[in-house]
Amino acid sequence: MSNKMNHNMNNTEQVKRSLKKRHRQERRFILLGKLSVMTGFLFLAFLLADISIKAWPAFQQSWIQLDVTFDAQNLGVEAPADEAALKKGNYRGVLKQSLYAMFPEVSARRDKKALFKLISSGAEYQIRDTLLAAPEMLGTTQQTWVLADDDVDSFLKEEKMRELQQDDRRIKDNQVAWLDQLSEQGRIESKWNWAFLTSGDSREPEQAGIAGALRGTMLTILVVLAMSFPLGLAAAVYLEEFAPQNRWTDLIEINVNNLAAVPSIVFGLLGLAVFISFFGVPRSAPLVGGMVLTLMTLPTIIIASRASLKSVPPSIRDAALALGASKVQTVFQHVVPLAMPGILTGTIIGMAQALGETAPLLMIGMVAFIVDIPQGITDSATVLPVQIYLWADSPERAFMAKTSAAIIVLLLFLVTMNLLAVVLRKRFERKW
Amino acid sequence: MTQVAEAPDIHQTIKETVGSPFTHKPKLSTRNVDVFYDDKQAIFDVSLDIGNHEVIALIGPSGCGKSTYLRCLNRMNDTIPSCSVTGEFRLDEEDIYAKEMDPVLLRARIGMVFQKPNPFPKSIYDNVAYGPKLHGLAGNRAELDEIVVSSLQKAGLYEEVKDRLNASGTGLSGGQQQRLCIARTIAVSPEVILMDEPASALDPIATATIEELIDELRQNYTIVIVTHSMQQAARVSQRTAYFHLGKLVEVGDTNQVFTNPQHQLTENYITGRFG
Ligand SMILES: Nc1ncnc2c1ncn2[C@@H]1O[C@H](COP(=O)(O)OP(=O)(O)OP(=O)(O)O)[C@@H](O)[C@H]1O
Ligand SMILES: [Mg+2]
Repeated sequence: MSNKMNHNMNNTEQVKRSLKKRHRQERRFILLGKLSVMTGFLFLAFLLADISIKAWPAFQQSWIQLDVTFDAQNLGVEAPADEAALKKGNYRGVLKQSLYAMFPEVSARRDKKALFKLISSGAEYQIRDTLLAAPEMLGTTQQTWVLADDDVDSFLKEEKMRELQQDDRRIKDNQVAWLDQLSEQGRIESKWNWAFLTSGDSREPEQAGIAGALRGTMLTILVVLAMSFPLGLAAAVYLEEFAPQNRWTDLIEINVNNLAAVPSIVFGLLGLAVFISFFGVPRSAPLVGGMVLTLMTLPTIIIASRASLKSVPPSIRDAALALGASKVQTVFQHVVPLAMPGILTGTIIGMAQALGETAPLLMIGMVAFIVDIPQGITDSATVLPVQIYLWADSPERAFMAKTSAAIIVLLLFLVTMNLLAVVLRKRFERKW
Repeated sequence: MTQVAEAPDIHQTIKETVGSPFTHKPKLSTRNVDVFYDDKQAIFDVSLDIGNHEVIALIGPSGCGKSTYLRCLNRMNDTIPSCSVTGEFRLDEEDIYAKEMDPVLLRARIGMVFQKPNPFPKSIYDNVAYGPKLHGLAGNRAELDEIVVSSLQKAGLYEEVKDRLNASGTGLSGGQQQRLCIARTIAVSPEVILMDEPASALDPIATATIEELIDELRQNYTIVIVTHSMQQAARVSQRTAYFHLGKLVEVGDTNQVFTNPQHQLTENYITGRFG
């Protein structure tokens, strides 16, 4: 009896001793977990901060105010001119004359050229549009804001450029002097760059905008959603609920899993060969891009949907069947609605993957330089990640900021989609 | 352990079902039923009649095939690909496994209540209304309301939930959920109700409620109930069938089976020496 008591005492001691060790283990693990989360969070914060700082200049744009004289002779039109004639006018000449008039001391050819370089090459279209909007300005002088050249823009945004040697910067000393003169007259202003969000791509950084790529991405994602969700859902429901369990379905399952691991560029090559070369779908368009990305996202959606369908308790199927529901009724009235949160999550994950995909789209020509904003799914277009890739590759300094700004737009797009996923999931989720 | 040792012997001793498996004008009749899961036989040559408006209890040790046999009656085994069923099944002289017999219609006539309460994650109302809607039993909303209320009343649940018919069915207690499942089954107006251990997940009070309910339901329905509780079998059933290792060992009036079993195996089980 006492022996047994002793034994019990020992046991308790033993447990107590090991307990200390177990608690230590637990604390260590929790600390490790916290550290991991912190590391991830730090990286993310660093990335976001870095991108935001870099992107900021892209949302600001320098403008220069000119006294533009819409002289009929310089334009090369007859005094009361109609719209067609006005459109053809020599606005470049008008701009030049206006600039020379503002800086009469500049006379050498080289200097004149340098002076004209201060403003964007798109300025002539800006003043053309100004005149077209108000033709009565013909023959008058107007104070007009035009875009500054991207080199000027970069120079104005970065204080320390001034301290560099003349040879080390793209804006030379005489140009700096002119800019200072303009600045003193209040003729230089930094404005919020709406054009970045409303215009398409351009060779000139100061005119380049994200709207084309954004629209291209939206159209492409819509195509992906419209194709991959019904296809993926149907395939998953069939495989999970209706297909007989045999060697063929095993084979299909293995292949679906394999497809999910195929590098995306392969899908691009496949799309090029099948959709474009064989079926003649227009290249560079959101339609074919969406089709290629559908191939890529289908396995993800199918796998996620199947897992989600599998997790619906069999008792729910039994309940419906035992009440006399047919197989199809059971599946679509009970199983699929219950699996919907998981299916939607899988779909959104697939969409997010597709959203960030570049490689397969390069294969099908969505990397082309496209200025026009696409209006439909068969227009030539590019998408955000490809736009980022293109800009990141451009030598002009101003494109660096644009690249970061485009990344921010892409991230915002992603966040919006994920929020949508959460909202949808909440709506479909039911308490057990 | 004893079970394993005795197994070969037992197959010898169960040559034929003892007692009275057959009745006059049965509601359900089954003959020479064999069930296989792949190559493994789960039911061996079972023949049994189930009378109109009677409660018959299926008892026996775990794994003896009670659930398997029960699920043959409303063809729920059709949903298990590996399961194959042979033998003769008749519901009022109609062949249950005939080509013309639609399992959907059959299950509207033979309802089932499961061991674990499995209400749909929908409102109480929708749970009960689902079956009638499915089969178009109600012409309009008022009729549907009527069916829902009367089914809940018959299942003895109405008083407890009448203020919250739109609350989720899964938010009820276990016993209430099981009565909800019974109400859901009744709402389709089946002729037979199969119950697979309907009270095994419930506490004694909830169990008692369900047992009373079964007794009342007998007025209108034929009930086949699988149970592990011998007291329950004794309380609710008129006839009892004892299964052992896939064979039907003994069938008889519940009183007689429990007080004077004919077969040694039945006696062992009932006296607790077995299973
Ligand atoms: N889906 C299945 N696949 C393969 N074998 C099965 C399946 N369902 C049941 N079995 C087997 O069939 C035999 C009878 O099972 P069944 O579920 O009918 O027993 P039971 O009498 O209901 O047992 P319990 O009282 O534990 O519920 C068991 O040996 C079991 O392992
Ligand atoms: Mg069972």
